Amino acid sequence: MATATRFKTLKDMPVQDYLSPGNTLCAGCGGVLAVRVFHKVLGPNVAWVNAAGCMTVTMSYPLSPLKSNWLYTAFASAPAGAQGVRDALDVLIAKGKLPESENLKVVVVTGDGAAYDIGLQSAAGAIDRRLDFYYLCYDNEAYGNTGFQVSSSTPFGSATKTTPATPAFPLGNTVRKKDLFEVWRAMKAPYVATLANSHGLDFLRKVEKGGTVKGPRMYIALAGCPTGWGFDPRETIELEKLAVQTGIWPLKEAVDGTVRHTFVPRTLTPVKEYLKTQERFRHLFEPAEKPEAIAAVQGAVNAYWKEAGAKEGFEVKVPAGTGS
Amino acid sequence: MKGQLLTGNVTAAAAARLARVDYVPAYPITPQTEIIETIADWVREGKMDSRFVQLESEHSMMTAAGAASLAGARVFTATSSQGMLYTIEMLYNVSGWRAPMLLANVSRGVAAPIVLEPDHNDVLAARDSGFLQFHSETCQEVADLVLLAYRVAEDKRVMLPAIVNLDGFYLSFTREPVVLPEQKAVDLFLPPYEPVAPLRASRPVSRGSSVFEGFLYSYFRYNTHAASLKAKEVFEEAAQEFERRFGRSYGPVEGYMLEDADYVIVMSNSFTALGRQAVRRMRARGVKAGLLKLVMVRPFPSEEVAAMLRGRRVVAVFDQNLSPGLGGIFYPEIAGALYNARGRPGAVLPVVGALGGKQTTAKEMDSIFEEMMAVDRAGKAPEPIFLMRADELTRVKKMVSVAEGSR
Repeated sequence: MATATRFKTLKDMPVQDYLSPGNTLCAGCGGVLAVRVFHKVLGPNVAWVNAAGCMTVTMSYPLSPLKSNWLYTAFASAPAGAQGVRDALDVLIAKGKLPESENLKVVVVTGDGAAYDIGLQSAAGAIDRRLDFYYLCYDNEAYGNTGFQVSSSTPFGSATKTTPATPAFPLGNTVRKKDLFEVWRAMKAPYVATLANSHGLDFLRKVEKGGTVKGPRMYIALAGCPTGWGFDPRETIELEKLAVQTGIWPLKEAVDGTVRHTFVPRTLTPVKEYLKTQERFRHLFEPAEKPEAIAAVQGAVNAYWKEAGAKEGFEVKVPAGTGS
Repeated sequence: MKGQLLTGNVTAAAAARLARVDYVPAYPITPQTEIIETIADWVREGKMDSRFVQLESEHSMMTAAGAASLAGARVFTATSSQGMLYTIEMLYNVSGWRAPMLLANVSRGVAAPIVLEPDHNDVLAARDSGFLQFHSETCQEVADLVLLAYRVAEDKRVMLPAIVNLDGFYLSFTREPVVLPEQKAVDLFLPPYEPVAPLRASRPVSRGSSVFEGFLYSYFRYNTHAASLKAKEVFEEAAQEFERRFGRSYGPVEGYMLEDADYVIVMSNSFTALGRQAVRRMRARGVKAGLLKLVMVRPFPSEEVAAMLRGRRVVAVFDQNLSPGLGGIFYPEIAGALYNARGRPGAVLPVVGALGGKQTTAKEMDSIFEEMMAVDRAGKAPEPIFLMRADELTRVKKMVSVAEGSR
């Protein structure tokens, strides 16, 4: 599905920033990078509507790193806040009380705790009502702002502060990651996409494409988290790239329910290469390697790409010795 | 002027329409639902120029309400009981945002056990949220207090959200004669809402920012408190204008047969009517009885309460609510208002009654005055009263035995 795009190469990334450097987020934060790039594409006229998370703490009175509007709501109900802002602007413009030039793009921005867990009901309501808004979830796969506790986005095998790896529980978290992309797709959101900071052109084009859609639009952005995942802050982009190349983080979009992978890793890099870079998976390798757990992760990735390839007509070579 | 017969719920909806609200986010709950059904119908029939949207919970409803208010819309919504409890988190947020929207609460007791008829544990759960609170005795007061509440809430000296309370069933579903003001007169009394620092493209703002230092947090909290206190004066100003325009007068409290009263019962909301009848019966018996009604609950009218209860022999506080382990919720507020007042009453009698809308007989009401007199005669400290009649207790025992027998 070729669409006209103003983004031919990464050099087309808008120069103008609406999120200032020097904010209070951690060095190497993939979340704030996603917000920054997202904002570049949307332009200045934005109302960010936020639920509790890492972005909340950087908006600390009397300072704001944003050149746009910001509203912190509550942990569970940022999409309802977006509903209020959208409806108010619409009704005031319709009544002639506000000029169209004051209109804003309404964007919910939350972490995975709000998007996958406590705020899912509110999001579901907004999707049902076909609310015209963007949702940007910076997904660092745990409750990062409170110190890295398990969320329903945490992948199988990750240790967190509430699912530590111990002799009795050697794998850490044993629940598989919730598939929020499919949840939104099942609820008939007209546009759902995944993003990775390492794949900038794909990122820019998807945000641009969302601008042509009316209704609820979800972006799930992989947000490398140096403090939570345990890696060097300079490695964020490399690590996100590895997540994509191993097939752990598929880049895809669903337009009116039709899924298309926007980047197909022809030969998957073994998941082990990704897992071993991070403290949260260290127990899978130490004191002794746990080949069954690593094989389980690899097996799920292989099965995912086999199924996706069969549907969309592409083939992905899985790592040697990890099955078909 | 002759009124039309309207339920409390339809009156609340009509007052919102007269206030020309822009936006009504809603969620159904008994006994409030008739309000949002009425508004939804008017909007879809083109009889009300507002946007109506049904959310998926009261928590989301209040989030949308507060957010829309910050974006510059005049907002109205309604809830009851569990819905009030479910959205408590957002009440604190919306008042902290200084978003002057209006919430009609149709009082209903709170679970467990589930009950449908009124007491005030729902609205008093919002007591500390920063919302202004106005409580109505009649359907007419519902209409008038909605208009007054907008006027006060949106005043630049206040900028706080408000709750107008009406009792479920006793007002919500009861038709009473109501005079609805003319739209033109309302427009003069209540000019369009002017938001402070709304979310705008031309001048972006940050709302709900975090503060991580106690002194700054204290500043904003004190500021909310000061704005709430200011609301009393603003209400009195608005009430004077309201009386000039519409001929009905309101104050933070209302006295009934108070002038020479020795024994005064303090009440709120629709059951106040039972208190008035009891006062008249007592007067017929030669007892100097009187009543003080709370209209404004937040800010709490401490000075008015102290002034109007000065010099009484005994005061009874009728609490239609219960804080288990404490007793009634208004009692300590009234007692606190009186403690440092000169000429405070000889005793203050705590009474809890009418929970879950429990029918309250004339005899029960009279017994409160009789107990006030007994306390006065004996010069003793009053014992708290929890109203329950012998015939009710007999029925309770029978039902308990049925429940036990089915094990």
